[in-house]
Formats: sequence, structure tokens, C-alpha cells
Amino acid sequence: MASLKARPRHFVDALDFSTEEYRALISLAHDIMDAPARWQDVCAGKVMVTLFYEPSTRTRLSFEAAMQRLGGRVLTVADPATSSAAKGEGLADAIRTVCAYSDIVVLRHPKEGAARLAALYASVPLINAGDGAREHPTQTLTDLCTIQSFKGRLEELSVALCGDLKYGRTVHSLIKALACFPGIDLILISPVELRLPEAVKEEVRALNPGITWWETADLEGGLARADVLYMTRIQRERFFNEEDYLRLRDSFVLTPDRLVQAKKDLIVMHPLPRVVEIHPAVDDDPRAVYFQQARLGMFVRMALVTYLLGVRPC
Amino acid sequence: MLRVDSIQRGIVLDHIQPGTGFSIFERLGLREADYSVALLMNVPSTKMGRKDMIKIAEALDLDLTMLGLLDPNITVNYIEGGKVVRKVKLGLPERVEGILRCKNPRCITSAEPYAPAKFSLVDRDKKEYACFYCGERLQA
Ligand SMILES: [Zn+2]
Repeated sequence: MASLKARPRHFVDALDFSTEEYRALISLAHDIMDAPARWQDVCAGKVMVTLFYEPSTRTRLSFEAAMQRLGGRVLTVADPATSSAAKGEGLADAIRTVCAYSDIVVLRHPKEGAARLAALYASVPLINAGDGAREHPTQTLTDLCTIQSFKGRLEELSVALCGDLKYGRTVHSLIKALACFPGIDLILISPVELRLPEAVKEEVRALNPGITWWETADLEGGLARADVLYMTRIQRERFFNEEDYLRLRDSFVLTPDRLVQAKKDLIVMHPLPRVVEIHPAVDDDPRAVYFQQARLGMFVRMALVTYLLGVRPC
Repeated sequence: MLRVDSIQRGIVLDHIQPGTGFSIFERLGLREADYSVALLMNVPSTKMGRKDMIKIAEALDLDLTMLGLLDPNITVNYIEGGKVVRKVKLGLPERVEGILRCKNPRCITSAEPYAPAKFSLVDRDKKEYACFYCGERLQA
């Protein structure tokens, strides 16, 4: 019986989708946003299981809100890391069990590559909601959707990324996805200690040999010609000593002053949660779109769920 | 010089790095072979100075893909009717399943030991493989 079924499509890695699919998904997200009532029952009778081996309330809520707004139901496995995993059940068995009860599974796991392993055993579509420092592809999809929504295009853009470019997984995924679109110019703003790793640069070059980038430690200068600014958090634990951390942290905080020289149609994005890297006074600037970005994230997840389940309004 | 009869039909693994012939013999499970096998060590070689060789009579269907990982310089000679009918330079395999193990402690394979180890070749010159799960690079 099972062998007759086609293998389901999963979303594990930001590069699992082609640029055409990204465009289609973003356009689908906009369709849903424009007429949500048309989509409110498309997932009636369908069940989503959210399996979070590490807590991330924000991400889980976003998926659950998406499924509920499509008329589907959500089952949350409460703390699988202390229930089934503690009894020695492996991820593969947990996935096979959960797939027996559901139509779509959302997995978050602290280990790198966990979603790739899970996808080998999943008999229903599986969405990676973050696996260790490796991937968080629905954030990337949200980021691309935000850029398309506010800039009207995904090509011919100067995109500045600021903060922890060394460890930040959302940054790596976004850079790789952007590299697939033509005419992208990257401005990489970070302390020398947190520059984009050579291995990621190699991957980006392999995806797009024509891509250009400029590395700088000067936020204001780097910002001047950007169409998009993507801010990320600099974490204390990345530094050997407190002084280095404090000194560097302050150089990479976005304040209204630092935005004076920036383009009038710049957009400022952030994957959230924000800590200190964007001063609250920036929130009122019309260029700050990070809270809209979070809302777009829900519509993007609605689009993704309908796409993977193959459902549409009649 | 030591004399080993040439085989009529089978496989000759040539240009094995001297000293590694025995571990390759073991890897191929030739200890259990019920056909004639010769392991020659430190044979004089014009190309390498010294080399190891393995001659396997009759068997033509051994899986030799993983051999490239152990020693990518091996030449495989297929013999039929006492003549070499096909010569294959091994090189590093594109994909490796099972033999390598990821060293990244944050990798899912460290927590779930049943996970099938999978690697793909990312840099032939540096002999680097990347873990299918976490992307960590490893030198073969
Ligand atoms: Zn790994």
C-alpha cells in the first residue's frame, strides 16, 4: 500500500526550491493575504503536527496560526525531547509514528541536519522549522517575500546584511537564496571576528559566479547605497571577553542617526527577536518593516502548507 | 623475484600504495574468498618504486567503488582469456555511504547512531567530503 504512494515533497533546505518556485510561493502568499476568506477552509479535515525538540514559541505560533487560518487542525507534541526521546525513541521512529496521524509535519530540532534525517522517513510533507545552526528555510522564504512585497522585485538589489555573519544561520540561508537571483550586490557589514565564513562564500560563488560583495565594518558607510538592510543580533557568547563584545556591539546598533544617510526607500528587516541591535526609536521610521515581516511570515507559511498539501480554493 | 602465475580470468588491483595492500585485502573480505587470491607486497614498480598488488581469480563482480576512498591511485585490471580487457583508474568516489563518519558533535548523526552515514565529494584536490546532514567537511 505505502509503496504505491508517491514520495511527498518536503521543505528542508532553503535551496530545495527553485527561484521559480520561490516566486510562485510568494505570489501565492500575496493571493492569500489579499483574500484570506477564500482560503479559510482549504485545509478542513487536515491535521498538522508540530514536533519541537527545542522550544521556539514564535516559530511554532506562526505555523499554528497559519494552519488554523486555513481551516486545518494542529496537534502539538508537548516537549518530545523529554517524553519520547527520553524513553530512547529515535527521531526516525518518532517521525514515522507522527506521520501515521497527520497530513503534514513541522519539525524543529537542536541538532544540525535533523530535518534531513527526518525527511528520509517522513511519509507526509515535512517542513524544517530550524535544525541547529544549519537551516531555517521558512525564515528565508519570509525574508524573500518581505523584499518582494516592499521592493517589488527580487533582482537588481543592493542588500546589506549586518551583525553576526559568521554564525547567523538565517543570514547564510538568505544569502544563498538571494544569490540565485540576478543582479544581487551584497554589502556584508560585521566585525572582523564575525565575517561571513569562507565556506559560505564558496557556496555563494558556486551558485552565482557573477555575484558581487563588499565587506566592511562600517555600518553607516555600508548602509549608504543599500536598498535592503537585514539586521541580526550579535551574541555575547561569540566573544572571548566582555570589553570586545560591548565595544563591537555598539558599533553595530542601528539608530535614527545612522539612518540619516541611507536611501529614502530603504527597508530595514530583522528576523526577530530583536535585542539591542535596533534602537526602539527606529521602529517609527517608515523604513522599518520588521513587524510587517513577522506577519508576512504567517502568510508565507500558509502558502507553503497549501503548496505542499496540493490544496486550493474551489 | 617471487613468482605468481598470471590469471586467466579475474581482477588485478595494481599500483596499491605499498603497505596498504593488506588492509584493502581485509576490506574486500578476501579472507573468506573461495577462489584463488594472491596478495603481493613491495613488488618493484617503475612508476612507484615499490607497490602492492592483489590478484583475484574468477571474481569479476566485486564492488570496488569504495576502494577509491582507501587508495584513489589503484588501477583495476579486468582479465579475461589471460588478457587485460579493461583498465579502470579508481579515483575518489562521488558518493560514500557507510564508511566515513561525521566528526561534528552537533550533527544529528552523533545523536542518532542508526542514521545512514552519507557523504559527497566536494573538493577532489583536497580530498574533501561533505556530510549529507550537517554539511561538515571531512578529509578522506
Ligand atoms: Zn554531519
